[in-house]
Order: sequence, then C-alpha cells, then structure tokens
Amino acid sequence: MTEHVLDLIYLASSVLFVFGLKGLSSPESARRGMNLAAVGMLFAVIGTLLRKEIITFEWIVIGLTAGSVIGALMAIFMPMTAMPQRIAISHAFGALAATLVGIAKYIEHGNDLGSGLMSAIGFEVFFGALTITGSFMAFCKLQELVKGAPITYKFQNVTNISLFIVTFAIFIYLIFDPTAQPLFYLMLGLSLAIGVLMVLPIGGADMPVIVSLLNSYAGLAASATGFAIDNKVLIICGALDGTSGFFLSILMSRAMNRSFANVLFGAVGAVRSDAAAQTGEAKTVVRYTAEDAAYILERAQSVIIVPGYGLAVAQAQHALQELANILMSHGATVRYAVHPVAGRMPGHMNVLLAEANVPYDLLLEMEEINEDFQNTDVALVIGANDVINPAARYKKDGPLYGMPILNVDQARTVMVVKRSLGAGFAGEDNELFYDKKTMMLFGDAKKMVMELVQTLKA
Amino acid sequence: MSEIIDYTYILVLGGFLGFEVIRRVPPTLHTPLMSATNAISGISLVGSLVVAGKGHDTLSTILGTVAVTAATINVVGGFMITDRMLKMFKKLDKKGRS
Repeated sequence: MTEHVLDLIYLASSVLFVFGLKGLSSPESARRGMNLAAVGMLFAVIGTLLRKEIITFEWIVIGLTAGSVIGALMAIFMPMTAMPQRIAISHAFGALAATLVGIAKYIEHGNDLGSGLMSAIGFEVFFGALTITGSFMAFCKLQELVKGAPITYKFQNVTNISLFIVTFAIFIYLIFDPTAQPLFYLMLGLSLAIGVLMVLPIGGADMPVIVSLLNSYAGLAASATGFAIDNKVLIICGALDGTSGFFLSILMSRAMNRSFANVLFGAVGAVRSDAAAQTGEAKTVVRYTAEDAAYILERAQSVIIVPGYGLAVAQAQHALQELANILMSHGATVRYAVHPVAGRMPGHMNVLLAEANVPYDLLLEMEEINEDFQNTDVALVIGANDVINPAARYKKDGPLYGMPILNVDQARTVMVVKRSLGAGFAGEDNELFYDKKTMMLFGDAKKMVMELVQTLKA
Repeated sequence: MSEIIDYTYILVLGGFLGFEVIRRVPPTLHTPLMSATNAISGISLVGSLVVAGKGHDTLSTILGTVAVTAATINVVGGFMITDRMLKMFKKLDKKGRS
C-alpha cells in the first residue's frame, strides 16, 4: 500500500476519533460516538499492518493477543469503584508504549540522529518515563498497595525541582549531541525516578488532579512519538489526550482551590501537613437515630442528597437509590448534588451513581443546584465533609479557604451520615456538624441508609 | 526541519480542536471521557506495530512487542470499559421513577 493511501486512512481515523469525543457531549450520543472511534482505531491498525516495512507478524500477534486478553479481562471484571486505579495504570501502559518506541527508535538510528528527531525522541522518553512511574505510583496509592497519605520529607520540593532541571539539561545536551548514549540512559533513569518522587507527596484527596495531569503527560508523550516516527494520527490523538487531561486538571484544581502552578509541579498535598492541628473546643454534637431522621424525611417536600467518597467506600450507592425511590414515591423531589471532587477522579461519583441506577438527570452539578439549597427541606449528606464546610467561605487562614462548596448549610434541615466526628482530608473542623439544624447520624453509611429505608417502609 | 514545523501545526491545531470538543463534555461524563481519550491514545499501537514487525534487531523486537501489548491493553480495555460505563447512564423515565 502506498504511503498516501495509508495517510488517508489515518486521516479518516482521526476524524472518527474527533466524532467519538464529540459524541460524549451528551449521554445519549456517547455510545454511538465511541463506536465510531473504535471503527477509526480498527482502520488505523489494519492500515498499519499492511505497511511493507512490517516483515514478521509472529511477535505482533503475540503482543496483540496478550494485550487484548489482559485489556478485556480488566474491562469486564473491574469494579466501578476501582475506576481511578484503572485509569492511572492505563496511563502507565500508554506511556510505556510511547517510551519503548522512543528507545527502539534511538537504538535503531544509532549515531546518525538529527537534532530534530532527537528532540522528539528525547521529549518522548523524558515525559513517557516519568508518566510510567508516576502513574504506577498513583495506581499503588489508589489501590492502597502503598500508604495513601502524603509522604513528605525535608527539601522535597527543592530535590524534585533540581532533579527535573538536571534531567531537562541532559535532554537539551542530547539534542546537540545525540551520540552521548550513556546520557540518554541516564535521562531515562532520572525520569523514572522523577515520576515516583512527584507522586509521593500526593494524598488521596488530591488524586483527581494528579490523575488528570498524568493523562495530559501521557498525551504529550504520544504526540512526541508521532513526531519521532512521522505519524500524524499519533500527533492528533496525543493532542486530544493532552488537552483533555490538561482541561480536566484545571477544572479539578479549581474545584479544590489550588493554583495551577501548584498542580503543574505536582507539589499538591504538601501544603496540607500543617493544617491537621485543629483542636475543637468542647462543642457538643447531638446524635440522632434513624427513626428521628426518617420522621423528618417522611414529611420533606424536597430533598437534596450530597454524596461524598465515603458513600463509595461504604458501597452504599444502591441502598441510597432505594431510599431516594421511597422518598420520590412519597411525592418529594429528590436530586443529587455532585461536587466536582466528590470522587477520586473527575466524574467518578456520577459513574458510581449511574451504576446504582440513579438516572443522570437527577445528578446536578454544583453551579446548577447551589441556589436551590435555600428552598430545600432536607440536605442529606453522606460521606462528604470538606466540600460542605462553610469555613471555606470566610476562614481566611484555613486550608479550605476559597474552595467552592455546596451550600448545604442553607437547607432547612441538614442530615449528615458519618462514621465519626473526624475532620476531612483538609483537617479542618466542620462547624456545620454543631449547628442546631444539623442532625448527625453516626454510623456506617450503608447500614444507616438501610436503616432509614427500613424505617420509612414500616 | 520543515517537517517538524508541519507537525507542530498539527499539534497546536489539534490541541485547540481537542479543547473545543472536550469543553462540551458535561461533567457527568468526565470519567468516561478519560477512559475514552485513554483508549484513543492507544493509537500509539500503530508505532509499536512497526517496531515489533520490522525485524531490525532482537532488542527492538522485544521492546516493540511489549509496546504492542501495553498499547493493545489500552485500546481493547479502554473501549470496552468506556462502553460498560456509558451503558449505565440512563435517563429518568416518564413516571418520574428510576
């Protein structure tokens, strides 16, 4: 097949990918869109297999088969709560592919690399390698293979930034002297180390930002691969992936009130360590039972449910939807208010609720629903804390200050289902829990919601 | 060098296109979006295939084969899991019950 035909096939694939992403602008068109994108992928792969440079197929078949089996098994059996881990590890796979292609290209060209090609390969390996280990670390943290809490030590930022600068300097040197092989492998090693060090100080609550950011890095590495191997479809896909990750990390950092510079250098989480020292004066909390809460819920005309990650941890989504259905059958309007960082990655909570058969039109974003809390009888908060903490509005020296929150405190009654009175990730005490209109329901989210269901049914 | 410029054009314009398309994705679909872009960026498979099948030297072939495996995991797994998620998104039916 001639190069031109192949180029046209790649163009068709690129167009189909863009249509695929366009489909995602609404849940109704999303599946059709993704099918188009899958067709595009099939075109690109078949077209590539017909290239005359490819002379042996045995290794290709082995790779394709192994990858398909592993990919399919992961896709079929993975629980939706593990979605952030899966995304993190798949960034590692994507970056691994890009990096290995870069290394192979470097080996193949030996000493006759031009500076243009070398800068592409260098960038690819640099960003690819740090994305591999960074994503793998994120995966380990999310999967709780390593401690999820931030790991910090003295001079951490200084060390990380200097290491980054040194690696970047090596990269620049290589562009002018591609023959310096030991330096190439030193750069590879340093980049792998940077990935690990970058993610060490990141805590569980900051994962949405870092996972999005690694998505962007994986895209950049893919784009660089396109430069290195003269492949335009790779450049386009890398650009799509890169901007998507970039866009999401901006959204996430905004939702958590972090500056973008803070995010870019992966220094998120580091600011948190000093915040935990909040001491609550002897404030009293009134404990309520499920019966008390059911009494109020039965009479409520409007209820807004605020789900947090604690809900997913307790696996209470299905029980919660049963509760919502009972309330709706009593004639109440029930809606869900989803904070952008309610889950462990962008949109995670929406997927978890969709899995529990919550229709997506009941899920409202913060901007859509925040005005409605003041006209709402009951705000039912389950497993969320920082995203409803009023201290974010006024407490200027607090760790949450400036973070957009859900106006739960404006509802007539606030019910909070929580395991204990412990502070949230930010370590800031939540005054809302001591408010007179707040009913604290202590216990496991799933048990408590099921008790509410039982009581309301009786 | 002129190729590098051409490619930079593609990269920059592709980035803008991506931004415009992705801006319109509602937050409720952000997780499927991430797994979708993940599947699509598995297109690095086309680069890996050439490295694995070129028969340049043993090391390159091994690197290529591992790259093919990794990229295929993303392509196959990515499209399948995105579809699995999108299947779950349902609208409220007329009676107002889910």
